[in-house]
Amino acid sequence: MQHSRGIGQTPWVRLTLISVGVVFSVLFLLAPVVFIFQRALESGVGFYVQTLLDPYTRHAIMLTLLVAVVTIPVNLIFGVALAWLVTRFEFTGRKVLMTLIDIPFAVSPVVAGLLYLLLYGNQGWIGSWLDDRDIQLMFAWPGLIMVTIFVTCPFVARELIPLMQQQGTSEEEAGLTLGASGWQVFRHITLPNVRWALLYGVILTNARAMGEFGAVSVISGSIRGQTNTLALHVELLAQDFNIVAAFVSASLLAFLALVTLVAKSLIEWRETRRQQQEEQTA
Amino acid sequence: MSIEIRDVNKRFGDFVAVDNMNLSIGEGELTALLGPSGSGKTTLLRIIAGLEQQDSGRIHFYGEDTTDVHVSDRGVGFVFQHYALFRHMTVFENVAFGLTVKPRKERPSKEEIRERVMKVLKLVQLDWTAKRYPSQLSGGQRQRIALARALVIEPKVLLLDEPFGALDTKVRTELRRWLRRLHDEIHVTSVFVTHDQEEALEVSDRVVIMNQGRLEQQGTPEDIYDHPANAFVFDFLGNVNQFRAQVQQGQARVEGHALTQGSWPKDRNGEGLAYVRPYEVDVLKQPEGDDLLPATVELISIIGPTVRLELTAPGSEHLVHAEVPKSRFRPLGIQQGDQVWLRLNNSRVFLAGDVLPPVGS
Repeated sequence: MQHSRGIGQTPWVRLTLISVGVVFSVLFLLAPVVFIFQRALESGVGFYVQTLLDPYTRHAIMLTLLVAVVTIPVNLIFGVALAWLVTRFEFTGRKVLMTLIDIPFAVSPVVAGLLYLLLYGNQGWIGSWLDDRDIQLMFAWPGLIMVTIFVTCPFVARELIPLMQQQGTSEEEAGLTLGASGWQVFRHITLPNVRWALLYGVILTNARAMGEFGAVSVISGSIRGQTNTLALHVELLAQDFNIVAAFVSASLLAFLALVTLVAKSLIEWRETRRQQQEEQTA
Repeated sequence: MSIEIRDVNKRFGDFVAVDNMNLSIGEGELTALLGPSGSGKTTLLRIIAGLEQQDSGRIHFYGEDTTDVHVSDRGVGFVFQHYALFRHMTVFENVAFGLTVKPRKERPSKEEIRERVMKVLKLVQLDWTAKRYPSQLSGGQRQRIALARALVIEPKVLLLDEPFGALDTKVRTELRRWLRRLHDEIHVTSVFVTHDQEEALEVSDRVVIMNQGRLEQQGTPEDIYDHPANAFVFDFLGNVNQFRAQVQQGQARVEGHALTQGSWPKDRNGEGLAYVRPYEVDVLKQPEGDDLLPATVELISIIGPTVRLELTAPGSEHLVHAEVPKSRFRPLGIQQGDQVWLRLNNSRVFLAGDVLPPVGS
């Protein structure tokens, strides 16, 4: 710690700021998380496990995993392709496309869910056509996946675009002049250069896909054992005043969030260390 | 001729980058493409490599039309200004890349790859860095690795884009002399782009001067320096003073003072500009002859063994620069603000119609 007397660096100012920070973090961030686990386990580990083994809860867990397992690869491929397109090619509409990527960030998930309902629901433009062919997307698992893909599609692209812009194209061009094919350049040069940003984007996508509530709740219909994801399950249980069971399910989501945070910090820590090494030796 | 460039044009929107370029590059020669920024030299180099597609025109390598050959099949070695080493690979992997990506039936065996990589690493005197990462090397070392990486595929031509541009002056000078010696050893046909006239003149066998996408002059460094084809080349090849001049009946004058040495059109009359290099300007304390131009000393700066003077003189809109050896300057006892006399040696007069707008001054 450097004790330089910068702006407001008197001891009492520092003390006040630190206390405010600590109190705030504990009250608003740490306490709820601890509380979730405390409530979830208050009826004992046996009850905890039993609740998780409840068929509806098990189904919610499996459905949530299914949504994540489909969403991640789709958005991974979409994100990489999009980042490649907007950073490696000049074309008209490029700027518009880059703005479009942000729509899912800007639009409230509930609105997104509603839009999907209007478009793909039984009465919707596309939905009624599909309904005639006995294909139901809304109030079924395909709809859950569709809105989740929509909500999480910017994460990977958003992580990759700034990095790929900063890294430029000359390494890839060097690869080409050395005789590599387009695929070899992508596989051996582009991909390794962005691998940590890619992983980071996947982690964020995963966290959001599992925890998404707004959009999913509009199009799900919350049918137990059919279209109830973990996040929706928590709400249903809470509405039934089955508080402990709600907390058990919530603790699962919280646990996933914590794992995500740890993974994210690990990646960031690794990246900073690598950058420091580069600066030292440069 | 190993590289033939025929009627090549390239535009970026409204900007004409390469304007109907015709050029032949000799086998085994080290050629410098020299020009100010925006002159199209890098674009031309990238077109030769196949990294950029020309709008029209053809490129031939050793008589073979390579215009439609993809960059990865063209067999060029390309060295980038900012090295473009693969940051996640070791030096060895970087240099080996061009061999390991070859299709299986052309790919050398593991032992042969190792042998060839170590051989070029020895050539650039960096075999001891094989296990390191690019981030652990200095700028000069990184550029030598980039060169090794380009050479390992035994390219038909070696193309270097401002190869020393990102390095500091001392390393830059060392590295370009080293490149010259290396080229004398391996004799691969090489083209390098630079905006630094000193670099071009020192290193290359031939210099090609470009401006606004067009070829201004080409020749040996000495040839170009001693016989600039036009005012642009004269101006670009180093600091130069300009004086308003008149040519009448085979005699050139600046402000009525006849020029005794130099060259100008003898058979035409008219207004023009006289170009004189700073070291061709003699500074005298007394008027010893009628070919002298009066001037006032504005600034004296001593840089090592040379004294640089900035003067105002009639006939020149800009400050006149003069360079005098310190040993000759001292006895004159000239102070700032003194009235002095200038003799313009080896001046070159271009008449108004021939004068191109000077660049950069």
